[in-house]
Amino acid sequence: MSNSSVAAHTAVSSNRKWAIGFTTAVAAIFLLNKFVLPGAPEQIQRFFNAWFSLNSLAEVMIWILMALGLNIIVGYAGLLDLGYVAFWALGGYIAGWLMSPFFSGIEINFFGNARPGLEFGIHFHVFLVLILGGAFTAIWGIIIGGPTLRLKSDYLALVTLGFGEIIPQFMLNGADIGGFNVTNGAQGIGALDEVNLFGYVIGTFALPEKFLMVSLMAGAMIFFSIRLRDGRLGRAWLAIREDELAASMMGVPLWRTKFASYAIGAIGGGVGGVGFAILVGGVYADRFNFVISIIILAMVVLGGMGNVWGVVVGATVLAWVNSVGLVQFGELVNNTFGTNFNFPSYQFLLFGLLLVLMMLFRREGFIPEARIQMVMNEEKFEDLEKVTDETKIASK
Amino acid sequence: MTTVASGVARKKKIKLSNVLTKISMVFILSVITYWLGMNLLNDPIQFAQVTVNGLNNGLLYALIALGYTLVYGIIELINFAHGDLFMLGAVFSFAVLTEALGAMAPSTRNYILMLLVLVLTMIFGALVNVTIERLAYRKLRNAPRLAPLITAVGMSFVLQWIGLRWIGSVPVNVNTVLPSTNFEVVGLQIAFKTLAIFAVTIPLLVVLAFIVNKTRRGRAMRATAQDKDASRLMGIDVNKTITFTFAIAGAAAGAAGLMWAQTTGTVAYNLGFQLGLIAFTSAVLGGVGNLYGAVLGGLVIGLIQSYNDGLPVGPGQRWSQTMVFTILILLMVYRPGGLLGETSQEKV
Repeated sequence: MSNSSVAAHTAVSSNRKWAIGFTTAVAAIFLLNKFVLPGAPEQIQRFFNAWFSLNSLAEVMIWILMALGLNIIVGYAGLLDLGYVAFWALGGYIAGWLMSPFFSGIEINFFGNARPGLEFGIHFHVFLVLILGGAFTAIWGIIIGGPTLRLKSDYLALVTLGFGEIIPQFMLNGADIGGFNVTNGAQGIGALDEVNLFGYVIGTFALPEKFLMVSLMAGAMIFFSIRLRDGRLGRAWLAIREDELAASMMGVPLWRTKFASYAIGAIGGGVGGVGFAILVGGVYADRFNFVISIIILAMVVLGGMGNVWGVVVGATVLAWVNSVGLVQFGELVNNTFGTNFNFPSYQFLLFGLLLVLMMLFRREGFIPEARIQMVMNEEKFEDLEKVTDETKIASK
Repeated sequence: MTTVASGVARKKKIKLSNVLTKISMVFILSVITYWLGMNLLNDPIQFAQVTVNGLNNGLLYALIALGYTLVYGIIELINFAHGDLFMLGAVFSFAVLTEALGAMAPSTRNYILMLLVLVLTMIFGALVNVTIERLAYRKLRNAPRLAPLITAVGMSFVLQWIGLRWIGSVPVNVNTVLPSTNFEVVGLQIAFKTLAIFAVTIPLLVVLAFIVNKTRRGRAMRATAQDKDASRLMGIDVNKTITFTFAIAGAAAGAAGLMWAQTTGTVAYNLGFQLGLIAFTSAVLGGVGNLYGAVLGGLVIGLIQSYNDGLPVGPGQRWSQTMVFTILILLMVYRPGGLLGETSQEKV
């Protein structure tokens, strides 16, 4: 008892510490890339561009956002979602629809920042797009979760997987839905509006500012994740994850709580999708595939389901390895040892083995949450396997 | 459940959501019936043609779906890697039959070789599946359900990587042993390959049903599926039985792989993902854990997909996958137990 209250106390105080640390790190990266690097010697510039390009760091932030969103569903509420990429796609297309000249037949401008000459289409302010993107994906989270949350957990995984396939496929085939061009098919929607924050315009190529923007979003997600977990809803989620029956006996409304985890988890994906669309300057349907869902899941599992910091670290490491780490490491090894080894081609093996080995040997993740560590290593009491093994040993 | 202590049945309340579910189900079913009926009246010959094609695919789906259903029935695991096992079977048969043995055209020698390689591929599939079970799933049998499921997803990636290394990232064309000629029956063009699929899969399905229903091992399997502890007390070696189940499932997937490679003439490393999902949908459609359900589900999915792709009035091929997943989702909403299974709602 006293142990947990101490843990709660440190959790509160570390709430402020992380904010300072995160802000410092983000500010340092921003200042480094904005002011220091452009004037630095060429060799240093090249090193940073190869190993820590700002683009990859900004993508890391998007992945953190995504992984924390999925963490609410998988880590907090214990529901497996194998189609998280659907929310990414939906958020991305909200940005594509609401802040680009794509719908050329109409002209709506709501505090938007349309590019000169491209005033047709819908142009909303970026804050509004973020809110709408979150709301839209939350609704979709409810639509997806609604019919299936009553089912067994592995059926739920399959339905989410189905949606994760259907929605990107709809986007890919969406150039002709009953004669209307809804998503522009495989070409995607480009030429998104430049973001205008209170008069300060973040241009298409202003990477440091874009990095700052997505970092802010990721920081907000970390904040919400921690606060939600410690709140009433979060404790209800954890209770459901550990024992549904016991939780419902204690008065936790199962269905509503699961719904909430689905909707709120989806918001992470939607907001991240909008952020990614702004970062890239468009949405392209062929990017959204099953592998993305699995990578996000691997981030959550690797870091430690349910633990915000574990997930953040997992997302950072895997996203970095995926975008530049593996390629750069491969080049380094090949150059030093004179080998010709194609490292990126091992990506599938890496992710597959990672998931399998983690489940076999360290189910709770590298930075585990105390409670999930106990749940994951709990043996079923009624199973006699242990007993038979022991009798076997004894008879020998 | 609805009886009160006095034993008088309580009047059932009519829930609005139940009524809505029923109405929407009737609506969806009538739309599908209308669509099929319209096409049948429009062009009966083509309808029959498409039906034959559908059965052709459906039998292959059934073979793969059997593996899902057997494994799910016995350890309640959705074996995500099963589709990729099927892909490895296809790749293996291509490597042995087409590349190593050079059987690339129809001839008597090649037919015999094909049957031999069929057996080899089945053994290969069984071995791979048993190895996966031994290395990964067995340790996780008592773990929370999330753990084996994630492991299966990981295994699926590993198998895909093996396939990728084996044949590369581009789909490979297979010079098939089976001739690509058609023959005509009452105005229908029936491919020789379709006949071959019928000739191979139907006996296999019968043998599988026999093993599960009539043999001692099959009885042990069914007992283990019902209650592991009780069957252990009855002297059944549970581990061996589960291994045997995985072997049968793997063999079926291997056979399906070879038939796929020989009839469609292409092999690709990412074949397993889509087909695995289709096959799993079939298993769920029939009622997961039910052997006949898997076959029925496979045939139904094959037919629906074929109607969707081939009928003149219909969504068309680009919506083929979407169609299958929509069926999966609708199933979960209306009949999670499948056509032949019991309902399996979460007990709370």
